[in-house]
Amino acid sequence: MLANFTSVALTIVGALTWGLLLGGISRSVTARIHGRMGPRVTQNFIDLWKLFRKTSSIHHGGMFWMAPMFRITGAICVLLMVPLVIGQNITYNMSFAGDVFLLIYIMFFGCLGMALGAGNSGHPYAVIAVSRGLAQMSSYELSFSIAVVAIAVGLHTFKIEGIVAAQQAGITSWNIFRFPFASAGALLAFLPMQMAYPFGIVLAPQEIPIGPPTEYSSRMLSFMLSGRALFGVAKLILFVSLLFGGASSWLSLFVKTFLLYMYPIVVSSVFPRFRTEQSIRFLWFIPTTLALVDLVRVML
Amino acid sequence: MYCNQPPEKPGNKKELLEKITNMARANSLWVTAYGTGCGAIELRPLHTSRFDMERFGIAMRPTPRQADVLIISGYLATKTLKRVIRVYEQMQDPKYIVALGSCTINGGMYFDSYNTLNVLDKYLPVDVYVMGCMPRPEAIIDGFSLLMQKIKDGRAQGWKHYKENLDYYRENQKKIITDWDLPDYNW
Repeated sequence: MLANFTSVALTIVGALTWGLLLGGISRSVTARIHGRMGPRVTQNFIDLWKLFRKTSSIHHGGMFWMAPMFRITGAICVLLMVPLVIGQNITYNMSFAGDVFLLIYIMFFGCLGMALGAGNSGHPYAVIAVSRGLAQMSSYELSFSIAVVAIAVGLHTFKIEGIVAAQQAGITSWNIFRFPFASAGALLAFLPMQMAYPFGIVLAPQEIPIGPPTEYSSRMLSFMLSGRALFGVAKLILFVSLLFGGASSWLSLFVKTFLLYMYPIVVSSVFPRFRTEQSIRFLWFIPTTLALVDLVRVML
Repeated sequence: MYCNQPPEKPGNKKELLEKITNMARANSLWVTAYGTGCGAIELRPLHTSRFDMERFGIAMRPTPRQADVLIISGYLATKTLKRVIRVYEQMQDPKYIVALGSCTINGGMYFDSYNTLNVLDKYLPVDVYVMGCMPRPEAIIDGFSLLMQKIKDGRAQGWKHYKENLDYYRENQKKIITDWDLPDYNW
């Protein structure tokens, strides 16, 4: 029991640290692509501490206060339900508690809480961003869900542990090679999940300056940034488990999540932004069709 | 609603924590994107690869809720003052003001204009003035370095001064803003 508690606590702290560090690295990488020096890699930690120590005197109702907690709760649930390192039972945390469908639901739960809180702030930019975000989410969730179903049906298991275990016979047994179309659909859905360009219509700095968190400040914003870092790492580990054979060691976990994290950063740096309808149309047709191809192949 | 209470001074036990926090504050300055005068044009190059203000941890925020620094970029017209006060009072403590250009110091080339404020310090607590007409990006970076040093040393206390001397500032502000309708709740 104590070991479990320690493992859960270490997982959360470790994921938060890794998430913030990845965020700092991504800012540096983006700066280098722009030909700039960029901030230090620890900048996100500094920002977080500064925000945490600022005063907060903004109130927009109960849901406004609860939204960052929803976000963090959703992120922690996803994080704890995915096994981290194969073979090390202590890192499986609460992965016994549910399957991939529950995970997809919980991923939606955090974002929905955030949407309700941002909507409650009453700022027009936040409300526009929420409507855009929910529309886009319903688009990429479709292709992602179909891809996951195709993989689960193909491997005859809905448990993440089972999906990871089925990929342990070498690189060629990774789902990205066994289910190439579903993987392509899921990886395309990963871009809007990480709010990367060309799908960055939710934050859209030039249109709705910062979107949902417009009214959030100080400690609330620090919770939101922590939630985002945690959720980012949780999604990375989930994708590594679903498509890239999981992680057989800590080194493998860090390398795989780092490389996967760089994928939306690099794509994001060189693409302009879609309009909302373009983004939704693309997500409804291209990744969904790709995922469906593998689902039909598996069903036949 | 806290206008009448001066802010608490940190005790000895909190001093170390305050020092660490001041280091974080100095290295993470978020600036609200609000161009009040012609000096805003000199802020743009700071984003570019040539000057790259992000390397100092300085970033632009589109909302005063998240900002630490308000830049008064050049002359401040009497009509703009109300909006600037509104923006400043929506920012969360601690907050700082950087004033650019001669206009904010003594009116500059608009010293005898009917609609331009001459001495900004009478209306808002300025932490750092940057000279020039307009100051080049190098000068602005130098001003930011000064602000960062003041924050690290715990000397950037304009926001506390504003709270403690609110009556003085309000009196001066109301001399300029004749149609006063700003709310009293603010911070």
